[in-house]
Amino acid sequence: MTSQVRVALPQHLRTLAHIEGSEVVVEVEGPVTQRSVLDALEARYPMLRGTIRDHDTLKRRPFMRFFACEEDLSHESLDAPLPDPVAAGKEPFLVIGAIAGG
Amino acid sequence: MSKVRVLVGTRKGAFILTADGKREKWDVSGPHFTGWEVFHMKGSPVNPDRIYASQTSSWSGQVLQCSDDGGKTWYAPGGGIGKSPQGWPMGESNRFVYDATAAPLTTHQWYDGTQHPWEFKRVWHLEPSLTDANTVYAGVEDAAIFRSTDGAHSWQELSGLRGHGTGPKWQPGAGGMCLHTIILDPSNPKRIYIAISAAGAFRSDDGGETWKPINRGLRSQYIPDQDAEVGHCVHHIAMHPEKPGTLFMQKHWDVMRSDDAGDNWKEVSGNLPTDFGFVIDVHAHEPETIYVVPIKSDSEHFPLDGALRVYRSRSGGNEWEALTKGLPQENCYVNILRDAMAVDRLDECGIYFGTTGGQVYASSDAGDSWKPIVRDLPPVLSVEVQTLP
Repeated sequence: MTSQVRVALPQHLRTLAHIEGSEVVVEVEGPVTQRSVLDALEARYPMLRGTIRDHDTLKRRPFMRFFACEEDLSHESLDAPLPDPVAAGKEPFLVIGAIAGG
Repeated sequence: MSKVRVLVGTRKGAFILTADGKREKWDVSGPHFTGWEVFHMKGSPVNPDRIYASQTSSWSGQVLQCSDDGGKTWYAPGGGIGKSPQGWPMGESNRFVYDATAAPLTTHQWYDGTQHPWEFKRVWHLEPSLTDANTVYAGVEDAAIFRSTDGAHSWQELSGLRGHGTGPKWQPGAGGMCLHTIILDPSNPKRIYIAISAAGAFRSDDGGETWKPINRGLRSQYIPDQDAEVGHCVHHIAMHPEKPGTLFMQKHWDVMRSDDAGDNWKEVSGNLPTDFGFVIDVHAHEPETIYVVPIKSDSEHFPLDGALRVYRSRSGGNEWEALTKGLPQENCYVNILRDAMAVDRLDECGIYFGTTGGQVYASSDAGDSWKPIVRDLPPVLSVEVQTLP
């Protein structure tokens, strides 16, 4: 099953990836999780590799946060299902630069 | 007519300042990489339109940028895994992985004296090869040296340095444990000098495979053994390309020189009002004319008495003269960071430096007088100059 997932990125990463607008839509095969969404995002925008999570450990960078549906998902398992509205494309998966990171 | 291109890295982007050989009217382009820290930019001596830039942020880490048209357009160099569906380069150029196979990832000393694991943070300095536009060296935090031979597409650590065995005695300075200086010897392609805050200076005589510390003669009060082999906070080193065995060093405190490729150092602070500082550079045509900007102390990172003064020695140290014409002589409390001074190679040597207050000052008469090219940039991290035909 393929899901169309909306991903909202901070402005500095949209500039780096030449993305116009505040969101992109990525196609995710199978379960919609943090891992599968970020895999799909990085496959489509390879210059984002290493900027949201570490190249090798895939650990979230300390000053990046993941939100969706008014919840902080930053500390959830990479393989936990994202909320249904995200998987259904009704709500975006938000990649946020922490307020102290600039 | 010749022209100069000044590459300025700042806390919130990069700027490129260009002028003809008169250096009177300047064109300012930028900001490039808006909102990102640009620690360093440097052009290839082989192909001056090839410029490498280190773009970094605490949010998203390290990105390497490259230009092939003198900084008009930029791209993140591609990697070994091809292009994206849109044809954009892959994001492998920001992948700096310590070679833990060749040199196990050890620990270094933390501020409190405990041991701390090695972690990559950012690229402080990029040094393009003297002979190949696609080869470039990167000095990184936590301290190590990397090399790319494919135009910054991919990076390999020269792990003999980090694996030297003295790593547990290296420690971060206030800016982190950074490898900030890389000097390639134009007379000997196998010889490379580097410097680390706070470990000291090292030299390789085999193209970066093995390294030896070159800190004999340095004394530092903040380490238990003041003349130890490593542990010194070297802020910057400069060399004149026609006199490559002579090195000039601005240490945390003390201005030093070596006339035997770093094997032995002697202090040449002489009559400087304070010998703390960050920058040091050499006149383009006079190998014994050197420049520093004295800073009050390691806790007060601003000029003495609020007066911004460059000091010049025409005797390779010890005897210094203050250069003040055109520089603010009251209420000036900026700093000049270690990579923020450079010289051009025009007949009348130009000197340039940037401040944490966002000014870039230029002198077109070897330091006798100064003018700001720009006054209100973000804090300046680095300044490099290209002299173009």
